Amino acid sequence: MTDVFSDLLVAEELRGSLDHCVKCTICETQCPVSNVTPLFLGPKYTGPQAERYRVADQPSVERSVDYCSGCGICTQVCPQGVKIAEINAQARNKLKRQKGVPLRDRIITRPTWLGRLGTPLAPLANLSLRLRPLRILGEKVLKVHRDAPAPAFAGRRFSRWAHKRTSPKTGRRVVYFHGCGTEYYEPWEGEKVVAILEHNGFEVEVPKQDCCGLPLQSSGLFDDARKVVLRLARALAPHVRDDDTIIVGNATSCTLMLKREAREILALADDPDLKLVSERTYDICELLLELHDRGELRTDFKPVEEHIAYHAPCQQQGHWIGKPALELFALIPGLQVTEMTARCCGIAGTYGLKAEKYDIAMDVGRELFSQVEASGAATVACDSETCRWQIAHGTKRPAAHPIDYLHRAYGLDG
Amino acid sequence: VRSELHFDAVVIGAGTAGLVAATRLAEGGARVCVLAKGVGSTHLAPGTIDVLGHAPARVDEPGRAVGELVAAHPDHPYALLGVDAVGEALAWLAERIAAGPLPGYRYVGSLERNHLLPTAVGAVRPSALVPETMAGGDLRSDDPVCIVGTRVLRDFHGALCAANLAKAGIAARSVEVAIEVDRADANAVGLARRFDDPAWRASFAAQLAPLLQGDERVGLPATLGSKDPHGAWADLEQRLGRRVFEIPTLPPSVPGMRLFEVLRSSLRGAGGRLILGAAVASADRADGRVAAVNAHAAGRDVRYVAPSFVLATGGFASGAIELGSDWIARDTVLGLPLRGAPAPGEQRFVREYLAEQPMARVGVAVDAQLRAEGAENVLVAGAALPGAVPWRELSGEGIAVASGFRAASTILSQATAGATA
Repeated sequence: MTDVFSDLLVAEELRGSLDHCVKCTICETQCPVSNVTPLFLGPKYTGPQAERYRVADQPSVERSVDYCSGCGICTQVCPQGVKIAEINAQARNKLKRQKGVPLRDRIITRPTWLGRLGTPLAPLANLSLRLRPLRILGEKVLKVHRDAPAPAFAGRRFSRWAHKRTSPKTGRRVVYFHGCGTEYYEPWEGEKVVAILEHNGFEVEVPKQDCCGLPLQSSGLFDDARKVVLRLARALAPHVRDDDTIIVGNATSCTLMLKREAREILALADDPDLKLVSERTYDICELLLELHDRGELRTDFKPVEEHIAYHAPCQQQGHWIGKPALELFALIPGLQVTEMTARCCGIAGTYGLKAEKYDIAMDVGRELFSQVEASGAATVACDSETCRWQIAHGTKRPAAHPIDYLHRAYGLDG
Repeated sequence: VRSELHFDAVVIGAGTAGLVAATRLAEGGARVCVLAKGVGSTHLAPGTIDVLGHAPARVDEPGRAVGELVAAHPDHPYALLGVDAVGEALAWLAERIAAGPLPGYRYVGSLERNHLLPTAVGAVRPSALVPETMAGGDLRSDDPVCIVGTRVLRDFHGALCAANLAKAGIAARSVEVAIEVDRADANAVGLARRFDDPAWRASFAAQLAPLLQGDERVGLPATLGSKDPHGAWADLEQRLGRRVFEIPTLPPSVPGMRLFEVLRSSLRGAGGRLILGAAVASADRADGRVAAVNAHAAGRDVRYVAPSFVLATGGFASGAIELGSDWIARDTVLGLPLRGAPAPGEQRFVREYLAEQPMARVGVAVDAQLRAEGAENVLVAGAALPGAVPWRELSGEGIAVASGFRAASTILSQATAGATA
């Protein structure tokens, strides 16, 4: 599964799509990175064009693809169906094999290691993340930018809470995939997801689980990413072997990894467990909106008198389901929502943490930050945790998952 | 496990026709969703609304010429729409643009007279409704023009444009302004972002002003700002003390992106949904109707159920219509029957590339109400319609706007009739 031969096969499958490229440049108009820096030549140049010069067993000639953040917007907007972002992810992997992988990329792509280490030492770890001299040292030694947004460890793990309790038996089972952000940094988000699902009659099951491998994949560490995502698929699949149980997650980039990216980018399309998990996985807002469409969502919402800005993260847009959060917000009386049209906050998972890419990420995010400020909204809603941390960093406003507002509107916050 | 969503209408395609149809539907109170494989034709087209430019001689009065075209070609989309409907749709669109998210940005013109706008290579484009920022280039005026080129935008050669205009008897010359960019070249979008910046604009104007002569008006590639194009254009006119006009560039098209943004914002403002990346893969058909379409989403397809659909997927250029190696043309999206293909044995193509190609008139077969043959609840709009050769007639945007508008009106009036019944 992980040999060079299957890598080439998946590369061939993705490469096949580049013949559909008519060089219309729509991807170039939408790329958040190449529009702010000359260091990335742009999705069309590094993708469909440079790909023609990438030959197996020969060094990759195009190095700017390392500056692609992997946001996936190019693939989403391409009117011809070219898998631009996926081709570029493959090229990044090839470049990493050629140039070697910095120690930094081996560390920051392992949220589980960081989480397990940081959680018991939370007060100390959080303090060190805020100590300027240590951050400068971290930048010098590890090449993690001193100003990059660093979330605080919660000091407790979501799964400990979840495993201590039992969801009321309703016979309507749902499997909850909480991801690492909820596990180590924002366990309260998971508690809210569980509360909302239970409020709507679901019996929530939280299997033992681990990272989805997305940070490894987006940094070009494919072999490690495969091991990690398959381990997760093996953990989740046994819980959904019946006909209709689904998996729901609030980490939108991680659910996208399970749904599509691992299968397309990591050559894992044929793994039966991952295929099952992929077909069964829902983003939380996607699920709630479908319930509403079927008349099955409880709408006992109390007014939430607040003005918020909503940013749909790139990875959420990669689900190809529109912006379900906006439709859900419309059900909450009193809630005033301004939709942000800027495409990307810049962080792209771990991209904006890297010392050489931090400034680019902030430049990418600038349009979003100024839209948030112009909106006059007090808080920002956004489906992805790393994006929320970047937005909070860039706008000095609190950022929360869309389910926070639903949770409040349901009156579940006590 | 099956993902399914219900709407009053589903529009397939996010080009001009699809976005006009969806916006009008949403404004009419329908719950509407646009499904599109990606961004549509707007980003590639010049952003002008050409109704009829050649028939085959150059058209000066598009309203009158459409009437004549309709009489001669009863199969043409305009014959199904009628010239009044075109005027109504254009007026609606102009209102949306004026009320849109770009302050002060508006379109000017009507079916009475075509503007004659210079193209990037110095040809003449007859167009009915154009951005105000382009209108100053109208070659019906005798005022001399100065075309401004810049090396970094390699798709726009001021000298070529001016030389061809001069050949056509227009008083035209070109000058070049040096622009510093941090890469090998810039595209139109990159340049437009610079024009958004007032300080940068001021220095550009200061560099250009001494190069201008007499009562020249100034033609620039259509890159005068993406956020506030009206402001950028008015600012340059004021700084230079003369008329300034934009000339559409090769793709990417900044004015086209503005039009997309206007329509996207009107659609969202009216409560419509737009889902990019959701390529329609198949349809559930029964009893001469489409009950639902299945669109790609990550992990699985989503079934979109609606009583009405608008097919606005484009023609050969977008891949919505395909000519197989068996010489049979197909609608690749819903598989609906086509019309307008040359019969077996007849000539399909002619040698000269841009000549009247017999195959070019192929489109999804429709009745007089734009209903697809074999699927009565599917209305067809834009380049998917048969009977036109938009690139020769310069009629593509006019057909797109008018047919998108009509498709939406038909669905809305059916819904009203249904509610009354």
